[in-house]
Amino acid sequence: MTHTRDPVGEHRRELLRQMLRIRRFEEKCAELYSAAEIRGFLHLYIGEEAVAVGALQALTEEDNVVSTYREHGHALARGVPASSIMAEMYGRATGCSRGRGGSMHLFDVGRRFYGGNAIVAGGLPIALGLALADRLRGDRRVTACFFGDGAAAEGEFHECLNLAALWRLPVLFSCENNLYAMGTALAVEHKETDLAVRAATYEIPSWPVDGMDVVAVEEAARHAAEAVREGGGPHFLELRTYRFRAHSMYDPDRYRDKAEIEAWKRHDPIDGLARRENVTRDELELIEKEVAAEISEAIEFAEAAPLEPVADLTRFVHSERTGAG
Amino acid sequence: MNAVLKTTYREAVRAALREALLRDERVFLMGEDVGRYGGCFAVSLGLLEEFGPERIRDTPLSESAFVGAGIGAAMNGMRPIVEIMTVNFSLLALDQILNNAATLLHMSGGQVPVPLVVRMTTGAGRQLAAQHSHSLEGWYAHIPGLRILAPATLEDARGMLWTALQDPDPVLIFEHGSLYNVAGELPADTGAVGIDRAAVRRAGGDVSLITYGGTLAKALDAAGELSGDGIEAEVIDLRSLRPLDDATVIDSVRRTHRAVVVDEGWRSGSLSAEITTRIVEQAFYDLDAPIERVCTAEVPIPYARHLEEAAIPQVADIVDAVHRVVGAGG
Amino acid sequence: MPALGADMDAGTLTEWLVHPGDQVEKGDIVAIIETDKSTVEAECFDSGTIGELLVEPGTRVPVGTALATITMAAPVSAPVPAAEPHRPKPPEPEPEPEPAPGARVPSARPRTRRAPREAPGPGGGRRPPPAPKVSSPLVRHLAHQRGVDLGEIEGTGPSGEITRADVEHAAPARVKASPLARRLAAELNVDLATVTGSGYGGAIRADDVRAGAKAARPAARLDRGEPRPAEGPAADRLESMRQAIARAMARSKREIPHYYLTSAIDLARAMDWLRRRNRRLPVEDRIIPSALLLKAAAVALREVPRLNGFWADDGFVPADRVHLGVAISLRDGGLIAPALHDADDLPLADLMAGLRDLVARARTGRLRGSELTDPTITVTNLGDQGVESVHGVIYPPQVALVGFGAILDRPWAVDGLLGVRPVVSATLSADHRATDGRTGGCYLQAVDRLLQRPEELS
Repeated sequence: MTHTRDPVGEHRRELLRQMLRIRRFEEKCAELYSAAEIRGFLHLYIGEEAVAVGALQALTEEDNVVSTYREHGHALARGVPASSIMAEMYGRATGCSRGRGGSMHLFDVGRRFYGGNAIVAGGLPIALGLALADRLRGDRRVTACFFGDGAAAEGEFHECLNLAALWRLPVLFSCENNLYAMGTALAVEHKETDLAVRAATYEIPSWPVDGMDVVAVEEAARHAAEAVREGGGPHFLELRTYRFRAHSMYDPDRYRDKAEIEAWKRHDPIDGLARRENVTRDELELIEKEVAAEISEAIEFAEAAPLEPVADLTRFVHSERTGAG
Repeated sequence: MNAVLKTTYREAVRAALREALLRDERVFLMGEDVGRYGGCFAVSLGLLEEFGPERIRDTPLSESAFVGAGIGAAMNGMRPIVEIMTVNFSLLALDQILNNAATLLHMSGGQVPVPLVVRMTTGAGRQLAAQHSHSLEGWYAHIPGLRILAPATLEDARGMLWTALQDPDPVLIFEHGSLYNVAGELPADTGAVGIDRAAVRRAGGDVSLITYGGTLAKALDAAGELSGDGIEAEVIDLRSLRPLDDATVIDSVRRTHRAVVVDEGWRSGSLSAEITTRIVEQAFYDLDAPIERVCTAEVPIPYARHLEEAAIPQVADIVDAVHRVVGAGG
Repeated sequence: MPALGADMDAGTLTEWLVHPGDQVEKGDIVAIIETDKSTVEAECFDSGTIGELLVEPGTRVPVGTALATITMAAPVSAPVPAAEPHRPKPPEPEPEPEPAPGARVPSARPRTRRAPREAPGPGGGRRPPPAPKVSSPLVRHLAHQRGVDLGEIEGTGPSGEITRADVEHAAPARVKASPLARRLAAELNVDLATVTGSGYGGAIRADDVRAGAKAARPAARLDRGEPRPAEGPAADRLESMRQAIARAMARSKREIPHYYLTSAIDLARAMDWLRRRNRRLPVEDRIIPSALLLKAAAVALREVPRLNGFWADDGFVPADRVHLGVAISLRDGGLIAPALHDADDLPLADLMAGLRDLVARARTGRLRGSELTDPTITVTNLGDQGVESVHGVIYPPQVALVGFGAILDRPWAVDGLLGVRPVVSATLSADHRATDGRTGGCYLQAVDRLLQRPEELS
């Protein structure tokens, strides 16, 4: 060990490592998508890594996570193995959803990761239900529910904020405001663009956070999650962030100004943290090497993985019952 | 000897709810006006007082939110019963029912079962016009991953709910609005019933009348009338609309060689079309006449009594259809 | 919907034999229609192109309902009016071949329909005319339906065209039968073509097959565990026919003041002549006495035309041809009286053949529409029932009905000497609005006279 014992520094280096994992994993995904190894829709999280990594620091293994179709980052940060995510995107039997979900539907119930939901705002009611069940049983869990700014235009968003507040459900609403609902800017589809203000009208404690600063996100999330866990009812974080790449691999990204993208890139959460923490080139290289090895293994795993037999096509439409009946 | 209770369909459903709430503490009831109001159709009257607001939960008019919350609670170990006032309102929650409840298990590779029960009323006959009267259970029966039940008798109203709650996957129960006041007798010890098989409600050898839910009574009335004409109709109550019990239907048609399907849904692209097709697929060489369907006219259900009556299947329509099928040409 | 009987107010179109765009010739059969009484073929009374089919198969519509639109064929020189402006013009129909000079097309009835020459396909001149044989679109459609290669068929049309009948001969129509009936027929070894259908649209149903199987089986085998014999599967159809007869007969007795005349006619010469004639002929060509009686009844109408025609709008409308309605009782009950067209003109052998054909088709439910509407007078013969004389009820709007009883040997005085002669009782029921007893008497006298010179009837 060349550096001195520094718990804060070590934790922040871990945050950096997590963000780099996501960044490199997704860059590889884009490459594999171009090579037609990954198909379907592929929504990349690059630029938003601080949100997933920071927010999920606030959760324990017992807590629940509900996510969206842009969920590679949440899954990786939650601990879903890169290999099973990659295998899922390869459509393999060992994928985390046995090849039936793909990029938009990563599930890992063992880690209480209740999936990527590809209907905008479709995960909010589920999060309420997960939280309601915990409440009824008296379990002190938090359900973190990620969704984008686009969800604020859906009726379900308002139904759920009202109901969660009304029933004081233990939900941490984590709104990833990246300023665009696909290609439509927030200001184009909302009169009031301050989403934290809107959530507050449901009497939910809400505040905006710099989503490009992983430390700020973690701090806000810890604060909110503790309040939720202590029975304070739902809390709402508006995590202001930006995706550096297009909405999906299909998106020519004509609706954004290049200058705007470049300006946001100057706030790259990974560079920012490395600078602030004075992470050395050597340290970074070491992390990069580890991450690269993990990703290579994930790809090898996915490439070698078996396909689900077609004979099992209709499995999991209904539960498989054991025993008589 | 069993004691016999005089009861109604409404009371039978309520008794089933009570029993479920008593037997399994994971069970709770949630929906619009299920608590203080006692249920839009007074089904849950008195349950709030008995079980308290945590287990009898009045919800805002947010179908998507509370049906989705039912899904989430079911995923997280509970056994929620969600009540939606009518099938027409369920369309506001269709996203949750189709995109989540029916889909999560498969989409997650088997990781996320959704043991949810959703109850709702369906059907016409009460002059409630075009936004409260439709029979859309056939739509839901289209969706893999759901189980669709249509209790048509007191026994099924009493017994299907508990069985549905034991199912690891989502079950939708459609209660025809005209049935709640139907009175009859049930053995005091009536309990859970199977939900896998259709039931032959009346035996007969001349024609198979295949129906479910609100039109069962009409089919039985028609069968009684036909008997006077020397035609013995076998009346099959499907009970489960998904999965369909093909075996009972096909067995009957193989004996009668003729079939009339009675369905309060619209004809085009319907459950009646599905049943007809299955008969043709599986019993073509046993058919001695074209299959007839008695369905609702292809209109939104109108308000005026005479128009509503004209729109939905009636006993006379069923009798006429049977005569066409059983009688000679011309 | 054509009226195929005075008592018909609605009919069910059961099958279209043409499609929009098909060229049809006057007289082509275009649809099958189910009436209360029978399944009949609806013929088209214009030549042209079928536009839109307005009535779905299976639909029951009132008489007079338009069934389809037809764009009339233009005169040869004029351009054909295009049905739809944006579609290529339909090909112009070729002129019909002229009938051979002097040849009279018998009665213009569709039995020997002439088919138009094959029209060029939509591809214009791209394809050379493929085959020397010509056929109508209807015939080509039918051939396609039945998988018949038109090149393999010898045409019997006036110029060698392939007619519908030729195709039907080459590949008999698929019998309409329920799937169960078809399966049972195979299991019980019953030929569906021999079974009369009692189901919707004349479809053969399981009970019809069982009845057919029972009929085909020696009686001794019946008491074993055979399938239950048929029990009134045709009941509805019979009931419907019963209703139709009831309506017509009630109307007749309500509206028509009948008078009845009866003559006993000595058939000694006629029977003698028949015996001698039949002796020379193979069994299938022999003439039965009924045919001779029909012929006499028809020819006599030339002398007394006031009995041949219709009472309409408070007046008598004479018919210009003699189409005898021949009462035929059906095997399973019921009665039908289709027309024997131009019975007065038909050579006796042809009349006999026509009678056989008519009976057979009446009993298999394949009568043509015109055969149900055309009769100008009805003849009923209950002789084989042993009935002595028939005082029949006129079938409106006809004005007369001729009844023949059994031909019985009777004591008969001729020239003051008593002998035994075969005698038939001929009865005329006539509409007193149209004629008086004197006219009727003239008619029966004419019948009698004709039957005394049977050779002239041949």
